Amino acid sequence: MRTTTMLGLTTALTLAASAFAAGADTVKIAFIDPLSGPFAGTGTNGLHQYEFAAEELVNKKGGVLDGDMFEIVAFDNKISPKESLIQLQVAIDQGIRYIAQGNSSGVANALTEAINKHNRRNPDDRVLFLNYSAVDPALTNDKCNFWHFRFDANADIKMDALTDSIVSNDEIEKVYIIGQDYSFGKAVAAAAVRYLGEKAPEIEIVGNELHPIGKVKDFTPYSRKIVASEADAVITGNWGADMVGLGKSVLENGFTGPIYTYYAAADGITAAFGDAGVGSLRLVAEGQLNPPPNDRASEYIKAFKAKYPDGNLSQARITNVIEMLAKAINEAGTADDVVPVAYALAGMEHESLWGGNLMMRESDHQLIQNVHIMEHTNDVVFDHDNSGFGVKVVKTVEMAAADSPTTCEMRRP
Amino acid sequence: MDLILVNLIDGLVTGLLLFMLSAGLTLIFSMMGVLNFAHASFYMLGAYFAFQISLYLGFWMGLLIAPLVVGVLGAGVERYGLRRVHQYGHVPELIFTFGLALLIEELVQFIWGKNQMPYATPEILQFTAFSIAGNSIPAYKIFMIFISVAIFIGLLYVLTRTRVGMIIQAALTYPKTVEALGHNVPLIFMGVFGVGTALAGVAGVIAGPVLGTFPGMAFVLGSIVFVTIVIGGLGSLWGALVASLLIGWITTFSKAYNLRMEDLLTWLGFTKPQPIWDSAWRDLWSITSPQIADILPYILMVLILIFRPYGLFGKRDA
Repeated sequence: MRTTTMLGLTTALTLAASAFAAGADTVKIAFIDPLSGPFAGTGTNGLHQYEFAAEELVNKKGGVLDGDMFEIVAFDNKISPKESLIQLQVAIDQGIRYIAQGNSSGVANALTEAINKHNRRNPDDRVLFLNYSAVDPALTNDKCNFWHFRFDANADIKMDALTDSIVSNDEIEKVYIIGQDYSFGKAVAAAAVRYLGEKAPEIEIVGNELHPIGKVKDFTPYSRKIVASEADAVITGNWGADMVGLGKSVLENGFTGPIYTYYAAADGITAAFGDAGVGSLRLVAEGQLNPPPNDRASEYIKAFKAKYPDGNLSQARITNVIEMLAKAINEAGTADDVVPVAYALAGMEHESLWGGNLMMRESDHQLIQNVHIMEHTNDVVFDHDNSGFGVKVVKTVEMAAADSPTTCEMRRP
Repeated sequence: MDLILVNLIDGLVTGLLLFMLSAGLTLIFSMMGVLNFAHASFYMLGAYFAFQISLYLGFWMGLLIAPLVVGVLGAGVERYGLRRVHQYGHVPELIFTFGLALLIEELVQFIWGKNQMPYATPEILQFTAFSIAGNSIPAYKIFMIFISVAIFIGLLYVLTRTRVGMIIQAALTYPKTVEALGHNVPLIFMGVFGVGTALAGVAGVIAGPVLGTFPGMAFVLGSIVFVTIVIGGLGSLWGALVASLLIGWITTFSKAYNLRMEDLLTWLGFTKPQPIWDSAWRDLWSITSPQIADILPYILMVLILIFRPYGLFGKRDA
């Protein structure tokens, strides 16, 4: 009995070891995002998009360098900064060099700080932070560092485009700002106040408030305040269940104006709004799905939908992350040493799968790209949530905020 | 003034919804002495079942069938799970229900995925019942109020006016004696557990379309239900009702009005430290009521536990 166990154990160990040896030719990317809890939907969908992009855009084309394949390794951080740091350590211990995270700037702030510290102390196993969604401007300003790259347009850039759209609408005289109570929500509110003040001081901000993130059961009291304030438009950075809750409640309780949002699409949000959101929901985002920008994008969307019939291509920027990382690794000639990869990424120009050019700004590692204003409508080629509804681009700002100032002073190795 | 009335109605809806959850929980607790951590999970199951049924048979059949299915499931959990664990004492029971809550959440994610379900209010109720100064009250809210009130009255009637209710009440306090009189107490326990979870199921069915049907819905509501029954007094139906309404109104009003801590402290005679951003009291001075609305019930619970540990309507010392 004992020998059998030992034998079995040895075999298992050998198998594990050989599996490890065979897997040495992969470039692992740790995906640290919520895969359980209230925001699990958003996280899981992001994970699928990463896996698909890695497979479709890199592995099927022969990988990077001499045939190294991309592998996405998922870590559940339960949207908690503390949990994320533990998962980061696990990922680093597994020898992973690339960390992808996006949901919640609170988490991103914790991660970027931890990674900066780690890289300073462990020059032999440094890691890169591929931030694909956390848009707190501080990440590419005061808190910027050489290891952090942001692929989404930050909250300021988006707000710039969004307020342009508000100012050009003459019917909007009063605006209500509401958001989740954490760094990103505060950044959105601050940017809205600043840009509206600069561009159209005559527009009155009738409300500016924050609510606890992921904890509000019923948004009715908030919507009552919004309706009572006689606002013509609402600006919110809410995402996930908080977006659906707020949006539906506001519309149900008698608000008829436009709701300007950052993330009111896909992950069940589009389906949950359905007909109610038409004419009200506006979105500021990168990545154009409707009308389809080019054939390659259409093919990509179709292939993704074939593999994940219930999934959504909600975060177009994920393909940019994968493509640009592959390009940078090839340029650097190594995937193990992240310093040359980072230098290759900084300043890189790239043509996006979704049309338009991308430029990773060297000074602060903020990706400069086209930013769109979109509308929730059923007049689309590619819908979200299989609902028949989707988002359509109605206005585009080319290479938004390419010359915007930054306070970033990064130390390069 | 108009807004006060609107908020009263909104708070009533929130409170009654909470009541449907806590009514079952408080009965189960007083009977078995076990905190059913999975109670909110049955609420979630109710919403998901109803959503699934509504796809084929419409909302109304969902309202009818889903709670029944949830109730049968709940009874099954008591009969084949809790009852077996019971002999090992309370801690294993707690752990069992806790594990069950996690299991149900995973199952729901496994079957329906992690996204929010497009579970909508029935079309016949998609209109504005009336509006007060521009604030529309959706007909669905009125419907929610009626359902909850009807359930409360029905429950109160069964528990206090019928023979079944008398046996249940007797079994709550003197299970041994009731058993000696020839009643099947384990069956009563199973029945109460089933009805309690079915009530949670009803709450899920009618709350799903407005509060969202997603895997986190049990988690969001989970802890507040326990707070409700502690404030109301364990085992008291009236207590559960009063505590639910109290919590509904407290949270609604504190969210609807921006009361600032600054004003309160100034009124109390404190002076604001200058400059405020450099002061150690900065966070205290900048608090507004919507920010702390959701923790007010917990503060209330602590106060209740200090000054009246058996709750507002509780009969015995906890």
